[in-house]
Order: sequence, then C-alpha cells, then structure tokens
Amino acid sequence: MNLEKVIFGFFVLLAATLNFGFFIGDIGDREVHDVYELFAAVVVNLIATVLKFGDRTQIGAVHLATSLVADLQLIAASVVWVDATQVSADGLDREGVASVVSLSGGALFANIVSVVLLVVETVSFHRR
Amino acid sequence: MPGPIRRLLRDLLKIGDGVRLITRRRTAVDPSVQVSTSLFLILRRMRAPLITLIIIFTVSVFGLTLIPGRDANGQPYRMGFFDAFYFMSYTATTIGFGEIPHTFTYGQRMWVVVTIYLTVIGWAYALGSLLTLIQDRAFRVALRMQRFSRTVAHLGEPFLLIAGYGRTGELLARSFDGLGRQVVIVDASEARIEALDMDTYQVDIPALVSDAGNPHILAAAGLDHPLCEGVLAMTNDDEVNLAITMAAALMRPELPVVARTVSTVIADRMQAFGTPTVVNPFDRFGNHLRIALRAPASYQLLEWLEAGPGALLPERSQPPVDGQWVVCGYGRFGREVIIDLRAEGLQVTVIDPNASPVDSDDTPDNGVRVVVGDASEPGVLSRAAIEDAVAFVAGTDNDTTNLSLLAAARRLNPELFLAARQNARVNAPLFRAMQVDALLIPAEVVAHEV
Repeated sequence: MNLEKVIFGFFVLLAATLNFGFFIGDIGDREVHDVYELFAAVVVNLIATVLKFGDRTQIGAVHLATSLVADLQLIAASVVWVDATQVSADGLDREGVASVVSLSGGALFANIVSVVLLVVETVSFHRR
Repeated sequence: MPGPIRRLLRDLLKIGDGVRLITRRRTAVDPSVQVSTSLFLILRRMRAPLITLIIIFTVSVFGLTLIPGRDANGQPYRMGFFDAFYFMSYTATTIGFGEIPHTFTYGQRMWVVVTIYLTVIGWAYALGSLLTLIQDRAFRVALRMQRFSRTVAHLGEPFLLIAGYGRTGELLARSFDGLGRQVVIVDASEARIEALDMDTYQVDIPALVSDAGNPHILAAAGLDHPLCEGVLAMTNDDEVNLAITMAAALMRPELPVVARTVSTVIADRMQAFGTPTVVNPFDRFGNHLRIALRAPASYQLLEWLEAGPGALLPERSQPPVDGQWVVCGYGRFGREVIIDLRAEGLQVTVIDPNASPVDSDDTPDNGVRVVVGDASEPGVLSRAAIEDAVAFVAGTDNDTTNLSLLAAARRLNPELFLAARQNARVNAPLFRAMQVDALLIPAEVVAHEV
C-alpha cells in the first residue's frame, strides 16, 4: 500500500465531493448553499493542486491542468460571493447566488474529469 | 533512399562506392529539457511548504469566522470569510493594519495570538523555501545554458568557436574583436568567464562556463550552426583539445580546426582526425629560432605580421650562427629546441637534474653533450663551459628558475645570446626588465600562429 497514493486519492476525491456538496440544490436559493462548504471546497482544491505539482508524466500534466481550472473557477466564485455580500448594493440576491453556484458548477466538472483520470489510471495499472 | 536517386547523387557528389550518405541529425541534448527538469524539481519541493501554508491559513481563517465579536453598538456579530482572510493576510505577512471591521473582543484576540505565531512562521517558511529553491545551483546553471544556446542559435553573422579563455584565448578574442569578427567562447573556469564579462569588447561575446570537451556543450555553443566558420581548441589541457578536435572532425568535417598542444603524441592523434592545424608552441619557437638564424630579415617580417593589426616594425636581431649553445631544461620544450638547433648543425650542451636523458639521438657524436646537474647550483654552469658558449636557453617550466639561470649565465658570460621561456603572465615585467634576446611565451606563440 502506497501512502502517497492514498493521500493523493483522498484529496482529489474530497475536493470533488465538497464541490458537489456545495453545488447541489436550487441554483438561486441561498439557503441550500452553505458558504462554509464553499470555503472548504476552495481550500481542499488548493491542496489537491499543490499535491499534483512536479509530475512529469502526461497524465500528471492533465491532472494539474484540471486542478488549476477548478481552482480558477472556485476562486472566481468566492470573489463573486464577496462582491455580492459586501460591495454590491443589492446584496446576495437570487442572481448573486446563481452566479456563485454556476461557477462552482464549472469547477465541479473539472473535478469530475480529475476523478475519472484517477480511476482510469488505477484500473489500467498492471501489476508486474 | 531509392536506388536511382542514390546513384545520381553519388555521381554528382563523386562519392566512392561503399560510402553511406550520412544525413546529419541534431545530436545535442535540447537545453530546454534541462530547464524544465529543474523547474519540476522546484515544484515538487515546494509542495510541503505550500500545503503547510494553506492549512495554517485555513485553520486561522475558519477560527476567526467562528469566534463571536462585538460591533460598535455592542451587538454580537461573526466575521465574514473575506474579512477574516484579509485580516490573516496582513497579519501573516507582518504588515499589521489593525483590527477590522470592529475592535476585537478578548475571545477573538486570544485566537489571533495563536494565529499570529502560526501564520508568520508558516509564511516565512514557505517564502524561504521558494527563494532557496530558485537559488538552486542546478536551476541557475540550466537557465544560463539555455540562454547561452538561444543566443548562439540566433547569431546572424559568421563566428568562430574558441574553446578556452586562457591567455591565448583572450589574445585571440581581442584580435578577432578588433577585426570585427564574432566569436563564441567556452571555458571551464568561472573566474575566466567573469573576467571576460568585465573586459570591453566591441560586440557581445556569448560565453559559457562548461567543459569544452563535451560534444553536447560544443553543439550548444554553435558547432552545428551553419554560420560557424571554425573551431579553435585553445584550452590548457591537451586531452580536452584532442576531444574538441575529434568532435569537430566527426560532427563537422568541413570546418577548419586549429588546436594547441605541447605533446607530439597528442598532436599525432589529432592529425588522425581530419586535417586540423596543430600548433605546438615549443616546436614553433624552435622553428622561429631557425628562421632567425638563417634569414633574419624574414624573421623580422614574420614577427611583424604575426604581431597582429597595427603593430610596429620590430628590431632585427640575429642569434649567433656558430658555436656552442647551452640549453637548460630537458623537458618537452628542451627537446624540441635541441632538435631544431641540431638541424642547424649547432653544438648543444644540455643541463638537467635528471640522471639519464631519454632521447637516444642526443649523444656527443651528434653534437649534443649532456651535463647532469641542477643548473642553479654553483659550478654546474661552468662545467657546461658556459664561458665558451655563444647562447643560453633557459627552458624550465619554473619562471623563478629561468630568471635566476639567466642572471647567473649573464654574470658568467656577458656576451651570451639569451633565450628564455616565460610560463606565467604575471612575470612578464621581470622578463622584460631582464632584456632577454628571445622570449618564448607559449600562449602568444599559439595566438600568433592562429
């Protein structure tokens, strides 16, 4: 059992699951999307990205790419949330919530790709 | 390659049967691969510090959002994520604006104390690691190599590749620069390339600190470049010069190569690869002496032409044509000089501390007498009959010894024609003050020959 692979798989999956947890629910309803979960999703996605550094294989490169996309979308979602809650005159209305959640939905897609890559890599591993 | 086309090409190029038409492939290791390797290494090593930083920040921010504070009216409130993140950012980087949005309660302050110690250390650790990794030697060397090969690849005018930036290389670089020709320099010594950086030249000279005998390095320095006009192997290591000659002959057989060596064995091995011009400074000195003996006017002309652009006409000097020559030092230089002097039919006496001379041709019958002894000891010079000699050659590899021998010889016989070998550049003023009649500076001889 390879500890490094366990940690890697753990964080990749945790990032995807937290992201999914935040995303799910009515896209405009602020009560079904918890900001703590968005915060957790951002943090775990960043950790997963850092874990993917330094891998010179092709599959490693694609992993890193998906992670960076997810990071970008989640950070954008956070920025929109801060803007809606603190800066905008309308506050966190239906539109604001929808923007945040749809951005996180994009990040979810990237995270699902990353999970699929992980599964494919695991399944195609030939034990010599 | 299909048959008829091959035959046609063979006829056109007049290549004999049985010779394969070799297509030249790029043989160098792509330097950008080296840079990306170093980059990946840095990314890998940055993982631990970055993850530490992220976790510390997360814990701090999360804690701040949970702990209740009081606003200006005394009403309880909880900090938002953005406020907490903002506060932690300027706390971790030790900027410290103040407590926002309202003054902290003591509960909040207790937590902030913990976060200060955590985040400041975590931030310093991450930043320090990143800076150390960027300073990493391998990374910097790889970057320099990449920049160098890119500069060379973009050269637009014909250039010469000079391997070795010692005294010879420096003289050559200056001369070529004065003539307006581009050169590329490779040297193994960092100090020499730094000296090159500080010297003033008309054009930018791309230079690399690396082992010139490595064919990959030579390829990066422009051996494969279509505008490379020639290779000059001027390092002080004969083996490296040989390696450079071989690489140039194998990778670019049509390029002219000039190589410096002091060993006849290595010179022979060099001649096996293509047709390099091999310059042996000791041999050349002997040849010049012979020219000076037979035709002083020609020697004067030769000296003047070799002195480079803008030189003044040198004085005509005549070494003595008849009589006994005393040569001190029976190393490679001594042997070469003796060969040349004997060819002129001169009598030679050799003084050397080593017991038995190796060369079987140097016997008293052939006009060579060997005196065994250290010439700096009193009496040895008299044993070699220096009072009756017409010329003295101080040819050891130690400048101090040469200078003291010259002084002693001049004292014993003021009419002597003095020839000496100068090894180190720092002693040049001493030899000049000595007013030697013929001075061998190996580096300059090589440079002039080139």
